[in-house]
Amino acid sequence: MILSSTSVRITAAFVAIAILCLFAADLAITTINPWQDLAALFLGMVTPDFFSLEHIGTALLRTLAFAFTGVALGSVSGFLLALVFRFRAVRMFCAFIRAIHELFWALIFLQFFGFHPLTGVLAIAIPYAGIFAKVYSEILDETDPTPERVLSRKVDVLSSFLYARIPDALPHLITYTSYRLECGLRSSAVLGFVGLPTLGYYLESSFSQGYYSEVGALLLLFYVLIATLRLWARPRLIPLYVIAAPFFLGDGLPIVWGNVVRFFTQDIVPSPLRDGEGLSGLWHWLSDLAVNQAMPGIWNTLVLTQIALVLTGLVTLMAFPLISRHFGGPTRRGLGHVVLVIARSTPEYVIAYILLQLWGPSMLPAIVALALHNGGIIGHLIGRRSNEITLRPDAPKGIERYGYELLPRLYSPFLAFLFYRWEIIMRETAILGILGIYTLGFFVDSAIQNIQFDKAMVLILVTAFLNIGVDAISRRVRARLKLKVSMTCEGH
Amino acid sequence: MLKQIRRALLLSLALVAPVMADTFVFTAIPDNDETRLRERFQSVADYLSEQLDVDVRYVPVKSYAAAVSAFRNNQVQLAWFGGLSGVQARQLVPGSEAIAQGKEDTQFITYFIAHKSTGLEHSDTLPKAIRGMTFTFGSKGSTSGRLMPEYYIRQAFGEAPKDVFSRVGFSGNHSRTIRLVESGTYQVGAVNYAVWNSELDAGKINTDAVKVIWETPPYQDYQWTIRGDVNERFGEGFKDKVKQALLNMDDPELLKKFPRSAFIPASNSDYDSIRETAKQIGIID
Repeated sequence: MILSSTSVRITAAFVAIAILCLFAADLAITTINPWQDLAALFLGMVTPDFFSLEHIGTALLRTLAFAFTGVALGSVSGFLLALVFRFRAVRMFCAFIRAIHELFWALIFLQFFGFHPLTGVLAIAIPYAGIFAKVYSEILDETDPTPERVLSRKVDVLSSFLYARIPDALPHLITYTSYRLECGLRSSAVLGFVGLPTLGYYLESSFSQGYYSEVGALLLLFYVLIATLRLWARPRLIPLYVIAAPFFLGDGLPIVWGNVVRFFTQDIVPSPLRDGEGLSGLWHWLSDLAVNQAMPGIWNTLVLTQIALVLTGLVTLMAFPLISRHFGGPTRRGLGHVVLVIARSTPEYVIAYILLQLWGPSMLPAIVALALHNGGIIGHLIGRRSNEITLRPDAPKGIERYGYELLPRLYSPFLAFLFYRWEIIMRETAILGILGIYTLGFFVDSAIQNIQFDKAMVLILVTAFLNIGVDAISRRVRARLKLKVSMTCEGH
Repeated sequence: MLKQIRRALLLSLALVAPVMADTFVFTAIPDNDETRLRERFQSVADYLSEQLDVDVRYVPVKSYAAAVSAFRNNQVQLAWFGGLSGVQARQLVPGSEAIAQGKEDTQFITYFIAHKSTGLEHSDTLPKAIRGMTFTFGSKGSTSGRLMPEYYIRQAFGEAPKDVFSRVGFSGNHSRTIRLVESGTYQVGAVNYAVWNSELDAGKINTDAVKVIWETPPYQDYQWTIRGDVNERFGEGFKDKVKQALLNMDDPELLKKFPRSAFIPASNSDYDSIRETAKQIGIID
């Protein structure tokens, strides 16, 4: 586990790119008094008001209901897709649907299903199905082939699959699915920001009006919900939750099916084609869209992603000792766990939203949000990994232990996790544009605000292909570094 | 088996149908703090439900576009739109009609406001000194917070806002614009004058930190817009009943929540100039 020169070189290259990006990035704090509101927010967090919000119970219930229904649907579809994952077309399809963020899916469905629960359920289920398909198929591939080999040839495919393959894979499938459930809760909460009746809805209202004690109450309850996930989401109770969840999605507004047809046959058809301006009109329309929106959007998305990626790495390296048994006693580790739970349970979108209000608009809030959240996730994984390392009794302590004993042993998995999250960071970077940073999401949101769904769809496609591209590069980097991490504990 | 399924389907339809048939749903653009919107429009829902003898439900939304989409998708049948969102909505829903507007909405104004650190004072023209400063609109789809201020900025400087200012933002709504300029996050902002005045009256604005530096000429703004097909769904003459009910809204408490002094009839053509402006800026095709 000695640091290879390749991993050092790649690290140096990424740090250099990030430093170059810093020159291109807008990192200003524009508020005159950025700490005043932050102090008020912290005051709100320590004086949470659980009673002022009549909707707080509903908010949590809906958040849970959308998460359970969406993740369950995604998991079942993902499992079915995993069975046929060896087909290239299926793999491409899955890569495509997971490259589009939940919020973008929600924005699309909002245009024709409107505020029907289906909008929220599908927004979670579709991208999750793509992720589940990929990870499930990897888990199934990694199972021990021995049981299958000893079976008689007469055993049919289904039985051999169910009795020889599944039992070995099942624990991993369950671990991964329950991990995704936690992600689903975060996704569900964030969907509220576009108007679905989950936590984000109330968080946005309370925050924008400066009711910080309500914000505090909502966030604290959300942390408790996630921190105690293992206590209440017992495998045996899950079927019960899944069956009950659809009944707690709320009624929303009825679907008018004609809208669905209209969306696909008119709304997303590029306007020059709709108006009969032909191919030259289409070309003009596309080049205008590319130059004025897609290009600046892609540029800003890339700049922000690269800075956030390196900062995430830094945060991870600082954060993992918080929960590592090689440093400090149980009390300090306990506190460390609290800090990391907060960092990883708060969706980037929420952190970025809060910091934007406090510091004013620039890339800085987004970068900090991405680094805190993702650093919290990877820090947690690396910290756990460090606890599996046994050091010699006379190993050095403190900073030397960190630098000479642990870091060299942990650096490979660290890079693996970091590059694995590269694509996720980019997906989020694009989406943070909705909050007013000029990444691709900003232009998507602007197109939707102007009721130009044709433009919005093109820009969403651009975002998806950008993600697929980064994912491909990340896979090559990981292959080059011979990095492999167990899928089940990986934070996708 | 089939029979059972059919029965279950019919039963579920029967459970859903009354809600669909009887509830008249409306929404409003989220131009203000949500608590205030909820108070205001819940009162409107209660009032309309009493006047029209049907269940009336107010559905809050998170963006201007969501209000337009809900109207277009017939998930709401009536909406309190701004000038621009109304034009967008009526263009998308043939047969829909602007039926009532606030008395003030024929003479609506945008205030340009500035933080005290800019040293800007009230003036009769848009001060040239705002060039290079930071600037925030309200929502992207707002008439008073986006369309008209952008129009006048382009007129004064001959350039797009992003070229005039060092930074351009969209606060989301008017209350937030006031707060962002008040705190100095942005040096200059454009805000709906009615929201400004009502917050000023409520003592919510720190006038030492932020002041009005320019007022735009008047233009047409908010209106109630109704779908053309409501009569088929809610009975003959329903549209007129809604219109009459809106025009008769004279409870001072309710009017103050808007804030409007009274409601007067409106028509689609009142908003032709708004549409022209939006076309010039490229917000609508």
